[in-house]
Amino acid sequence: MKHVTFSEERCKSCGICVSVCPKKIIGISHSKMNSKGFRPAEIIDQSQCVGCAFCATVCPDAAIAITAD
Amino acid sequence: MSEVIYKKPDSLSDKPFHYCPGCSHGLVHRLVAEVIDELGIADNTVAVAPVGCAVTADEYFRFDTVQAAHGRAPAVATGIRRALPDRFVFAYQGDGDLAAIGTAETVHAAARGENISIIFINNTIYGMTGGQMAPTTLPGQVTQTSPYGRDPYTQGYPLHICEMLSALNGPTFLTRTAVDSVPHIRETKKAIRKAFSYQLQGKGFSLVEVLCACPTNWGMSPTDAVRRITEEMIPYYPLGVYKEEV
Amino acid sequence: MSETVLMKGNEALGEAAIRSGCRHFFGYPITPQTELSAYMARKMPKIGGTFLQAESEIAAINMVYGAAAAGVRAMTSSSSPGISLKSEGISYIAAADLPCVIVNIMRGGPGLGGIQPAQSDYFQATRGGGHGDYHLLVLAPNSVQEMACLTADAFNLSEKYRIPAMILGDGTLGQMMEPVDFSALPKPVFAEKPWATNAMGGRRGPNVIKTLYLLPEELEATILEREKKYDFLRENLQRYEARFTEDADIILCSYGITSRVVETAVRELRNEGIKAGIIRPVTLWPFPEKIFKQVRPKAYLSVEMSMGQMVEDVKLACECRVPVYFTGRTGGIIPSPAEVIAKVKEIHREVCAVV
Repeated sequence: MKHVTFSEERCKSCGICVSVCPKKIIGISHSKMNSKGFRPAEIIDQSQCVGCAFCATVCPDAAIAITAD
Repeated sequence: MSEVIYKKPDSLSDKPFHYCPGCSHGLVHRLVAEVIDELGIADNTVAVAPVGCAVTADEYFRFDTVQAAHGRAPAVATGIRRALPDRFVFAYQGDGDLAAIGTAETVHAAARGENISIIFINNTIYGMTGGQMAPTTLPGQVTQTSPYGRDPYTQGYPLHICEMLSALNGPTFLTRTAVDSVPHIRETKKAIRKAFSYQLQGKGFSLVEVLCACPTNWGMSPTDAVRRITEEMIPYYPLGVYKEEV
Repeated sequence: MSETVLMKGNEALGEAAIRSGCRHFFGYPITPQTELSAYMARKMPKIGGTFLQAESEIAAINMVYGAAAAGVRAMTSSSSPGISLKSEGISYIAAADLPCVIVNIMRGGPGLGGIQPAQSDYFQATRGGGHGDYHLLVLAPNSVQEMACLTADAFNLSEKYRIPAMILGDGTLGQMMEPVDFSALPKPVFAEKPWATNAMGGRRGPNVIKTLYLLPEELEATILEREKKYDFLRENLQRYEARFTEDADIILCSYGITSRVVETAVRELRNEGIKAGIIRPVTLWPFPEKIFKQVRPKAYLSVEMSMGQMVEDVKLACECRVPVYFTGRTGGIIPSPAEVIAKVKEIHREVCAVV
């Protein structure tokens, strides 16, 4: 099971990860907001994640970490 | 026990970047830090920061950093290189810094074959000062100082730095990459690693020009800005290796 | 055992720098200091040092900035127009509290000016030359021996106080040959540099050399901290020579090569019964104000190769308690003793009118 985490404080809601995820399972949170007022990205369905790390590769803020259990 | 597939490189500090949403500076900082960690050279590194959006790179890199005057990073790096022959020295510069005020320093560090590496962020605009025309601004591109679109007749043509420097005997490795796609980002990382490795082998001057996005000053969303790299910048600034004489 | 050699000022300065542990010189050709670069070009490769002729004076001073940040003794030299080009870099070096030695072998200005000696960069040197609140340590030799000794001093003081030091010579001092005894050179005293950006090496966290402080409170704090250093230097580092000043009616102030013209003039004036004295500043910054508090002349005369720049510091030092006059030549002309004598006699008639 892949586990993708977004650093809420580093994320700026730029949405580039959303656009490259092959599984289309990343979205922008509607509930959370970081101290700078950005709504961080989050995983919609962790089970679909294949661990390709496209999101982490394109992230301009090094906000994404991925582990595999 | 969980296996790490990806994590923020150790050489990047925990301070969130001040860069705008979608700005490629943060991404290239990350690639540089990843390569430095993989090569295990953070303890031996002295970085030179430019004047521009990346002027505060010292807050993000967990290794020694020197802030250079605008355009003078290659000269400062040369001073460090000559003072400390066995350290790893790289300069990180934007297009205004390297290709406008710092053109002479860039050309002569390259001509000397100075054993330093330069990471050159080409986003076709002056970012920190609010979006003015840069030497790499494309013809027709609207900026604060080319409000009617850059007119080559009165404002000249953009500089092709890799092509320019490839005419010199000094440089060892000159390449242009982009960060508009996952494959291209991976190529950028490989290019940075190759440039840094050549320096570690004492092979001389290396420069990686990275086509980057500046969403705020282009007046675009981050994803549109990435698309602009693909559709407008790469055709004008062809990717590839412009010199590799080892 | 004296090591006396007949040597050109520019080369004696280069030799002194090498003997002071300077192994990194970044130069650019400009008359009348080019022999210094040529000397370094010959010597440095033989002792494992670096001589690099940069693409411009701007590049050269920024190479010094990098080498100094890395913790080595670095030097650059130029002449008047070149120093103007370096002034932004010098402001950065001062703002980063980096030690280094900058040599200005002055020539006639402004603009391309001439290649003969002058002292018209006094303001530029003593008021910083670049932007912002900062100062350089400015040492003014008046002989080839002092070109060597003050250079050795400059490296030690610059490193001890983390302040850029300038040797302010002129074309005469650079080009003339005089005996110089290198055994008289102050020995190099190397300071610890824990702040240097010479890579963490597993010993420490990252060092940063920077001058940008976007928060005004932060910037002000760094400036105020540096001002304490300047106050200490103003108080403790005033160097000068004073002769015949105890009973002097008129004290002539002059530095560098013109001070030797003034010496001749004062001796002759004394022979003619006119009580003249000499104050020769050796540090131009900090200006030697103390001596001006200890003497009671009826007037001062500043003798310079310019339109009068140090004369303002003389006025400040004596707070205009007595008239301060100026005489000098510029554009590359050295004033003659006769001109100085004539001016003193003129002043003497005004301030010492026989009742």
